[in-house]
Amino acid sequence: MKAIAWHGKHDVRVDTVDDPGIVNPRDCVIKVTSTAICGSDLHLYDGYIPTMQSGDVLGHEFMGEVVEIGPKSTLKKGQRVVVPFTISCGSCYHCSKHQYSACDNGLPADNQDIAQELYGQPMAGLFGYSHMTGGYAGGQAEYVRVPFSDVGPIVIPDGIEDDKVLFLSDILPTGWMAAENADIEPGDTVAVWGCGPVGLFAVQSAFLMGAERVIAIDHFPNRLALAKRFGAETINFEETAVYEALMVMTGGIGPDAVIDSVGLEAHGFYVDNVLDQIKASTFLGTDRAHANRQAIIACRKGGRVSMPAVYGGFVDKWPLGAFMEKGLTLKTGQTHVQHYMPALLQAILEDKIDTEFLISHRMPLSEGPKGYKMFHDQQNEVTKIVLKPGLD
Amino acid sequence: MADQLLHQQNDDAPLATSKQRDAIQRAKGSVPEATGTQITARAVTINRPVAEVYAHFRDFANLPGFMENVERIDVLDQRRSHWVVKAPAGGTVEWDARITEEVEHRLLAWTSEEGAEVPNSGRVEFHDAGARGTVVVATILYDPPGGVIGKLIAKMFQREPAIQARRDLRRLKQLLETGEIATPAMNRQQYEEMGL
Repeated sequence: MKAIAWHGKHDVRVDTVDDPGIVNPRDCVIKVTSTAICGSDLHLYDGYIPTMQSGDVLGHEFMGEVVEIGPKSTLKKGQRVVVPFTISCGSCYHCSKHQYSACDNGLPADNQDIAQELYGQPMAGLFGYSHMTGGYAGGQAEYVRVPFSDVGPIVIPDGIEDDKVLFLSDILPTGWMAAENADIEPGDTVAVWGCGPVGLFAVQSAFLMGAERVIAIDHFPNRLALAKRFGAETINFEETAVYEALMVMTGGIGPDAVIDSVGLEAHGFYVDNVLDQIKASTFLGTDRAHANRQAIIACRKGGRVSMPAVYGGFVDKWPLGAFMEKGLTLKTGQTHVQHYMPALLQAILEDKIDTEFLISHRMPLSEGPKGYKMFHDQQNEVTKIVLKPGLD
Repeated sequence: MADQLLHQQNDDAPLATSKQRDAIQRAKGSVPEATGTQITARAVTINRPVAEVYAHFRDFANLPGFMENVERIDVLDQRRSHWVVKAPAGGTVEWDARITEEVEHRLLAWTSEEGAEVPNSGRVEFHDAGARGTVVVATILYDPPGGVIGKLIAKMFQREPAIQARRDLRRLKQLLETGEIATPAMNRQQYEEMGL
């Protein structure tokens, strides 16, 4: 089959790879109908994530039709499903508490050593996201083997288009969990750093959870315009001093909750960012965390910090003093996708959440490498690329 | 004289995690007929009842199903078994093992018989952890093939018992909790090639 494979920094290709099949009893195989390129795929594209190997099949946002089932799968051939990006067993202690991204069993034992050393305990497996997260082949392909198909994929009712529900796989639940982690109370002002897909879904979610005001921060005019469309006030950090603006806009208080949906490749010409970038490129540190630092400084006393953004390693000069002195609370983590899928599918079907606005480009799977380059180089115009193997 | 050189333990931590050089001497006290110069301890919590976990472990024919490096175990009688284990760089090592202590649903201790290529001994404890299931703690004493150099080589080839024990316990957990062992293989053919 054809699949988008990683071969190095800024080098992804359409490869012909082995067809997947059933390996374990709970597996299914799906024929992919839609698969998106995620902002976090750009971290792979930029070479920031360790333990990638040449030939790894990318992609963790995908959906399709069930074509093969293992004896313990509860799915039926022909069903259309959206697959969560986290590979979780549904039977361990963490899954029983709906902490699916902390699943004990989704990661193959041989792939657990690195996370064990780096993080203290290994996390769930992920599709198409390095060997540290399992080495599972991803969904930017014609077919995918899906483990634990009895607890992961959600069945989509007939007549609902792919583009409406595809983002249940990652970014919609991630944006929703980001807002939930901000513990929003009615009347709150919430500031969101980064108006990528996760930030934009966090804006929508924050309003649905009762936020009175949402202030969205980015430097791409098109992305800020999308945030504005959902009712957010905007700050362009290239034109405006963010902390000063936030303090004035919130009457000198600071936002009640802050959401960092930027992550380890924060942009902008700031001293700390430049230092981080030098360290990252010389392997002295990995993560550029300017947005996160700014969010903590801006957050009001006793406020909440939500961090859906991806960080992988270590960060220097984190304002731990401000964090402690102001008594902030931080909630973070990879998304517990399976926990959120059913309610969010319902919200989509009831038109409470808009998803399709995000898609700026649809293209055949074979144009995936071009898609990566576009998404990387033109972040103002390109908000989301969906690859459709059926268009090839 | 030797006893006077042993450090006193001032905490409740498992001896296998001690930074004191003589910890292994003291740890041997908890393993009947202990043999081996290296020690490792690993724990895993399995979300299944203790009787089920113990029964799966006690049937040694099950062990190669989750112990990656164990090629084969021949059960000789209730207490004795013959182990064939993969070694670094493609070889195998074999030994006879004997159960030295057994408390149903609680404890299994073993030692290798005289003449084993890789002398080893240890104990596996099973604790009822209530709503969390069963805590399994494995403490293994072993002589790595070829001493310290052998241990380094084994580590390079990822056949080092400390690494292997952690992975094996995780596979046991996966098998008992989910009914299968997680693998990134895309299909059966890749699975076979990975040698699991």
